[in-house]
Amino acid sequence: MAQLTRTERQIALALFVGLAVAGLLMVAGGRADPLGLHGALILGVAVFGSFGIISKYYEPLPGADRLREYYDDPSKFGVVAAMVWVAFGLFMGDWVAWLLVNPDLTFDAAWSSFGRIRPVHTTSVIFGFGGNALIATSFYVMQRTSRARLPDQLSPWFVLLGYNLFCILAVTGYMLGITQSREYAEPEWYADIWLVVVWIVYFVTYLRTLARRKEPHIYVSNWYYLAFILVVAMLHIVNNLAVPVSLGHAKSYSLFSGVQDAMTEWWYGHNAVAFFLTSGFLGMMYYFMPKRAGRPIFSYRLSIISFWGITFFYIWVGSHHLHYTALPQWVQTLGMTFSVLLLVPSWASAGNALLTLNGAWHKVRDDATLRFMMIAAVFYGLTTFEGSFMAIRPVNSLSHYTDWTIGHVHAGALGWVAMITFGSIYASVPWLWKRDAMYSARLVEVHFWLALAGTIVYVFAMWNSGIVQGLMWRTYNESGTLTYSFVDSLIAMHPYYIARAVGGLLFLIGALVGCYNMYMTIRAAPQRKRLASTSDMPAAVPAIAPAE
Amino acid sequence: MFGFHYRLERKTIPFVLAIIGAASIGGFVEIAPLFTIHQTVESAPNMRVYTPLELAGRNIYIREGCYACHSQMIRTLRDDVERYGHYSLAVESKYDHPMLWGSKRTGPDLARIGGKYSDAWHVIHLNNPRDVVPESVMPAYTWLKRTELRTADLRLHLKALREVGVPYTDDMIANAPADAYGQANPGTPLADGVIKRYGETTDVNAFDGSPGNVTEMDALVAYLQILGRLTDVASNGPAAGAAEP
Repeated sequence: MAQLTRTERQIALALFVGLAVAGLLMVAGGRADPLGLHGALILGVAVFGSFGIISKYYEPLPGADRLREYYDDPSKFGVVAAMVWVAFGLFMGDWVAWLLVNPDLTFDAAWSSFGRIRPVHTTSVIFGFGGNALIATSFYVMQRTSRARLPDQLSPWFVLLGYNLFCILAVTGYMLGITQSREYAEPEWYADIWLVVVWIVYFVTYLRTLARRKEPHIYVSNWYYLAFILVVAMLHIVNNLAVPVSLGHAKSYSLFSGVQDAMTEWWYGHNAVAFFLTSGFLGMMYYFMPKRAGRPIFSYRLSIISFWGITFFYIWVGSHHLHYTALPQWVQTLGMTFSVLLLVPSWASAGNALLTLNGAWHKVRDDATLRFMMIAAVFYGLTTFEGSFMAIRPVNSLSHYTDWTIGHVHAGALGWVAMITFGSIYASVPWLWKRDAMYSARLVEVHFWLALAGTIVYVFAMWNSGIVQGLMWRTYNESGTLTYSFVDSLIAMHPYYIARAVGGLLFLIGALVGCYNMYMTIRAAPQRKRLASTSDMPAAVPAIAPAE
Repeated sequence: MFGFHYRLERKTIPFVLAIIGAASIGGFVEIAPLFTIHQTVESAPNMRVYTPLELAGRNIYIREGCYACHSQMIRTLRDDVERYGHYSLAVESKYDHPMLWGSKRTGPDLARIGGKYSDAWHVIHLNNPRDVVPESVMPAYTWLKRTELRTADLRLHLKALREVGVPYTDDMIANAPADAYGQANPGTPLADGVIKRYGETTDVNAFDGSPGNVTEMDALVAYLQILGRLTDVASNGPAAGAAEP
């Protein structure tokens, strides 16, 4: 706020008033519908925000000296938001896991049944945690690798606050029963439209910063962040084409149906994995890992090959979610083929990351933050291999519809996405808040081992349950009939479901330790002299440049 | 190649365009033909649309996120077919906006659940699954039976579906709330209207066991009982599933 100019404060106030009007219209139009509740929520946020602006409107305006430093306040907010979302999302995830152990943990409420809070978990961790971390780090990385400050003070805030509003609309919506039941694209039409607006501002902010850059080359991290922003926009818009019942209804009907809808949904679904959970986080890795290790990227050429390989191949592979279904065989085959090809750029990325650590392995041993990133690269390699393997049609006949898929997703989500994010956040928190180091290196170590143990317990439980399930479903007895009823396979899952929930709990505890550590770093650690921060001017030579 | 890239990565807009180009090809090649190749979806001339009550039930299925545990897509595998019935055909989800094929079977596939159990079984099961399947881990949906179904806006729902391509007639749209009531109340004049508009084989029952009202339980059970039965093109043998030009 203190850095916003007079004009920006006026625009911010106008935006909040506009948001309030939109909320009021939704309340009025959706009186008899859950839409009205979301209208009230939006109205509340807008009123709260307006008062926030008004109360600080006459505070001293920022001087021109602000332009000599990077603008990191939005990144700070994003990092904190990511940690809040991860604590909430992991808690919901573990609750969902325990629901499969004891289904009566819903307390007889509608909002807490499995089908409603499972998307609360997925959205909170993917979009709440992952999205905030991506936006926060992208602003951070983009400024430093471009040696340019963000173009203005308002648009990054618009992106972050608007994005979090989208996430809140999404998760509260599921609990109210507002969902499209499209996996990972559950939010309804008005939230989707809002996200498009936020995303356009995000993209424009990115381009404007790049346009001001003092580095001739666009650094590899920015390629990945750009791919993330662009392709997610494309996927989001096409997959969410729908006709609302009326402007007073939260409910909409998708434009496509049946087989075309299934293909569109998994084209979206798998590329949300590709461009949200892979591309963006690779961008993060390409900056924070070499920076923390103090080594340049191993190979510039490998990063080119893997970037374009991932961008081109991934988009084809969604149909491997639809093997043996009513989707035409030729599309399934294309999906399978490209899934196998995808292993090449994926392993090129993972290898490039691990080879970057050559010469810094002693740091991996001593520094849990760097070890988070190293383990993330290992899990990235493992998961991409597993993904290509599961996309092969006969393997998929066993793995599909089972917990193996859940195990695979969590190897990626916990092992890769969360680990690289925790590593990057641990690296960036002291830099952002100008502290010497994290409050406690020991607690980072505790977090690391809890996270790793939790991931391994979780993934092994789900591999076992998935393969047992898949095998039981296809076991025939001597007379040529199916040996096991569905319920038999369900009973066999019970111990694995307990193990999975315990693994999730370990991971959750680790994240809470991380939250505490960050809180203490931000609140309690001594402030370094302001003098040091002047060396953070945009003119500074970035420590990391593409190895050429 | 690397020299070219060395120059490309210095220019923002060409780089952005290159990303868009590289990332568009796959989706375009895989999705666009699904709308134009007519063999993609089999023809089923006798297929009917969901009644307003079934549609409302489907929306409850969507609202509760049932897709998270139940698929509606039987694969062309022997054990899938022997466990759940004839493999699913594309045409069977032609009117499904969105499709609910699902990706996970924590519970069994539901593509052909219609008619497999009685209405009373579904009511008990939805109210508390462990009353009929002691090992079940499904949530208990106790509120469905005591929640009145919102029928007043069903016309708008049918209209929106017609806009995305489901062939509802003006007659169906105009009578949507009445038909929803009629289908759950056999023997009333409104029930005859449902038969007239949606055909002789339409189930008209007091699905939740209590006539005189329409609850969310009525709607959801009506939907579950029609699953796999909108068309008989699959049960008429593989020949019937072949595409017609």
